This record gives sequence, structure tokens and C-alpha cells, in this order.
Amino acid sequence: MLTYTLKRLGLTVAIVAAAMSILFLMIHFVPGDPVTLALGTRATDEMREAYRIKMGLDRPIYVQYITFFANVMRGDIGQDVFSNQAVSTIISHHLPHTVVLVIVSIAWSALLGIFLGCFSAVHRGSLIDRFTGVVTVSAIAIPSFVVSLYSLLIFAVLLRVLPAIGAGEPGDLIDQAKHLVLPAFALGLGWVGYIARLVRASMLEIMGENYIRSARSYGLMEYTVVYSYALKIAVLPTVALLGVGVGNMLSGALFAELVFARPGIGKLIYEMVMARNFPVVQGAVLITTFMFVVSALISDLINAYLDPRVRSSL
Amino acid sequence: MSAQASNKLTGHSSSSFWRISAISRLIRDPLGLLGLVLVSLLLIGALFANHLTPYSPKALDVKNRLAAPSMSHLLGTDQLGRDTLTRVLHGGRVALQVAAWSISIALVVGLVLGMLAGYGPRWLDNCLLLVFDAVRSFPTIIFALALITLTGPSLKMVITVIIVTSIPVYARIVRTQTMALKEQEFVLAARSLGTSWFRILRVHFLPNVVGPLFILASMDIPVVVTIESGLSFLGMGVRPPTASWGATLADGYAYIRVTPWLVVAGGVPLILTTLGFTFMGEALRDILDPRLRRGL
Repeated sequence: MLTYTLKRLGLTVAIVAAAMSILFLMIHFVPGDPVTLALGTRATDEMREAYRIKMGLDRPIYVQYITFFANVMRGDIGQDVFSNQAVSTIISHHLPHTVVLVIVSIAWSALLGIFLGCFSAVHRGSLIDRFTGVVTVSAIAIPSFVVSLYSLLIFAVLLRVLPAIGAGEPGDLIDQAKHLVLPAFALGLGWVGYIARLVRASMLEIMGENYIRSARSYGLMEYTVVYSYALKIAVLPTVALLGVGVGNMLSGALFAELVFARPGIGKLIYEMVMARNFPVVQGAVLITTFMFVVSALISDLINAYLDPRVRSSL
Repeated sequence: MSAQASNKLTGHSSSSFWRISAISRLIRDPLGLLGLVLVSLLLIGALFANHLTPYSPKALDVKNRLAAPSMSHLLGTDQLGRDTLTRVLHGGRVALQVAAWSISIALVVGLVLGMLAGYGPRWLDNCLLLVFDAVRSFPTIIFALALITLTGPSLKMVITVIIVTSIPVYARIVRTQTMALKEQEFVLAARSLGTSWFRILRVHFLPNVVGPLFILASMDIPVVVTIESGLSFLGMGVRPPTASWGATLADGYAYIRVTPWLVVAGGVPLILTTLGFTFMGEALRDILDPRLRRGL
């Protein structure tokens, strides 16, 4: 387990470093001048030169590359050119809302998905199983931003039963929960489908294993066999999927936050893209990428802890 | 000569037989049939977009703005009085164009890189894997936004983003398959005869990895269509006044408290397209290569 953990950590560091390099290369080699981008086309030459020196763009490229890495190591992911605030401060104001949204969405979709998948596997081939199959495929196929728009239209505009805008009054938990319902529904719906299908497939595979047969032959109750013997193993692939899922959810959260005008890192990125404030965009991309890589790391470690066979795969 | 010809003939007839039986099995599967119908409707709508309605997608009619559906405008009009049905049909063209270009380019590049990683030296494999993993660790839409901030929005950038983010997925699949084939006897035999690595990859690996990859890529069409309309919804995709489902949804979102019809008209074709391709893709996968089901 220790060797696996160390190797997996090393891999994570390498991936983060590679991702940072790609980001750096992208900024410097994609056609488009960062100075014009920030100041607009009508800036005078003096303004451009001042900005160039302030951002360190006048130094040779390898110095910039090393400075970029050194700064990130120190926790400095840049400075907003317009307000002169540290990018990390700006992001720390927005991040908690996104984290809450993603965690709530993952939680409800995992609970419902595991239940549905398990239920379909036990009642394999029945009408309910086939119906669940169609519903779960559809849930995966429908884009989450369309779900956001339609649930906004139905529940907030036509029926007016749930609030449509913002994250609720700070301090008022019930109000905040009400504001969370629609975005979390939109973000989690597709994942109910993914998880249900995955759990169903791995349950069916495991229900055919020998140790399930012996558990049955000992006369254990079907309930015990399904829930404490089979399901325990069958959720393992789901744990691995959820780690990757966080990355997709961060993309989906951007749409949910925009549609429901909810503060969060996705909305921040969008607004900063519109304002052409690249330092903040770059910092936010770094943070979301980091969150994604770390969540994949955590789910892999949990998986290796639960299933020793995984440890030899790296 | 005659043997060769007859070989070709039987090869041809057996493959067309196989194709016919696959289609008839697709039609017998209710969901597969539904998918086929939806995809055909989309293709017909996109191909004949100019002829199916009497309006132009860019013709303004400000007196009739935000009209509800009626006999003259089956899906109503948008905030500039343009006929929504016409714009939806033309939006299908954009979606299909993006899907066709980005998936085919990503497939070719993914195939080449995947085979190189799987068959090439260990260091190359490690380098490529690291780059693939790094690219995949950016959340797609957020990566797209960052890139498009630098270059400005255009259809070309949407296609580029999709290509860059899908290459690692395809390449990884091809790599796994190539590694599995690497130690097979027919490959070892070819190598011991001194066949060049280029010929080995082209003749022995390509036909074996390309089939499953095609099926998986066809199931990626809904994802690609979603990314295109998502970026257009954010104003980062096609430039107005070009029609796109995402752009219609964005207009609809801006006027959601005035009329529900724009959001409905922009979203329904998108949902039907993703459902259609998903149902058809799943049915085709089960018919052509049931082994793939386990991997998903």
C-alpha cells in the first residue's frame, strides 16, 4: 500500500507539472497577445510597456517559466491586473459555493444511483429493470445545462415553487438549501444514470461469483447476501468513477452557476473571461485542475485500500 | 487472377450481408429503431434546411418578435423576429459539422499516437501518457474558456478544443489494444520475418484496433454536440448571426420570463439528438461488438 501511495503521489505531481506546462505554453504560443488582451487595442505604447514589465513579460521565456512554477509553489497564483488583489483571495471567496454544490450533487446522485443499480440488478430482466435502463441512458444523454434551463423554466418561472437566483441569504441554512435544490438536481441527474448503470453491471458480474454462491448455500438471507456481500464489492468501480466525475462536474457546475446566477468558481471564470482578465482565469483554471487531479488521487487511493488487486496495477 | 477475383467477390458479399443483418437487427431493437429515426430526422433536417421552411435563418421581422408558435411560424420567432424553426434546422447543420470534423481528426491523431505509445519504446509511452493525463485533467469547458479567451471565439476554436480534449481518450483506448496485441503470435511472426514497424502497425494493428474505436467514437457524438452547444450558449462558439442550438438557448435564457418557447425550441432538438445518437450507438455496439459493453 505504501509503495502504491508513493507511486501514485509521484504520478500526481508529474501530471500537475505537465498540466501547468501546457497552460504556460498555451498562453505564450497561442496566437493572441496577452498585453492587447488585457489593455485593449487602444492602449498607448507606454501603457503596454509598463504592463509588460509589471507582469514580467519582458524577461526571457525560460525565466518566466521558472518564475511561474516558483510562484505557484509558494501559493501565489498571480495578481488581478485591475483590482490588484491576489487571485487566490478572489478565488477563495467563490470556491466554497462550488464545493458545496459539487458535494451535494455527488451525494444525492450516488445514493440514488447505487440504489437504482442494485435494484435493477436484483430484478434483472423485469419490466422495472428495462424501464430503469431507458431512464438512466436518457439521464446520461441529456446535457446538464439543458436540464438546468428546463428546471429553471418549470420550477422557478412557470410554477414559482423554488428560487431561481443566487445562493440564498448568508447564515440562513434553509434558504441556502432551497437555492441549492435546482442546481444540484441539474448537476447530479446525469450521474444518477452513470452510477446506476455501473453498479448494475458490476452487481450482475459479482452475483455470479463463487463466494456469493457459498454465502447462499450457507442459508444466509438474500437481503444479507445482496447488501453486505455483493454490493460492498460492486461499488468499487463507482468510487473510481466519482474521482473522475469531479472534473466533469466542475464543467457542469459552470453552467448551473450561470443559469441560476449562483456565486461560484464557474461563474467567476465566465465573468473574468468576459472581462478579459486573464490572470484570474489562469489561476482559476489551475485551481480547478488541481481539484480534479487530487480528487482522482483520493478515489484511486480509496480504491487501492479497499481492493488490494489495484495496488499492483501501477 | 480468378482466385483473387473470387476472393474479392466473397469478401464483398459477406461484408454486405453482415451490414444488412446488422441494420435489420438494429431495426428490430425498439430503442435502436427510435435512435435511427431520430438521427435520420436530424440528417434530413440539416441537409434540406434551406428548403424545409420559407424563411431565411437571418431574415429579421421585428414586428413579429418573440411570437408564440402559430401556423406561419411553427416554433415561434426569436427576439429579432427570426423564424425559430428555420434557425433550429440550420443549428443542426452546425452541430453535425462540428461533430464530423472534430471526431474524424481526433480519431486519426488518436490512432497514430495510441499505436506509437503502445508499440513504441517505453520512454515514449511514458511521455505520451503523461501528456494525455495532463490534458485530461483540465475540465473540458473551463479549458475551452481559457483557450478561447486568448484567441477569441469561432467555430474553428470549438473544433480545436474538442479535438485536443478527445485525442487522449481515443489514444488511450488504442494504446491498451495495441499493448494487448503486441505479444500475439502473428505479430511476433511478422517481426521475426523482419517486417518494418510501420508495416506492422499498418497491416497488423490498424485493422484490429479500428473497429472498436469507431463504435466508441460514434458514441461520442452526443458529447461533442453538447460541448458545441454549451460553448455557443456561453457566447464562445459560433458568432452571431449564425444559428446554433446553444445560441437559441442563450437567447431563450435572456427572455425566459417573457416566453418559454425559445428555450423549448433550442433544447428539444439538442435532447432528441443526444438521445438518438445514444440509443443508436448503444444498439449498434451490442450488435457489432458485445465485448465492449463490459468496458463501459
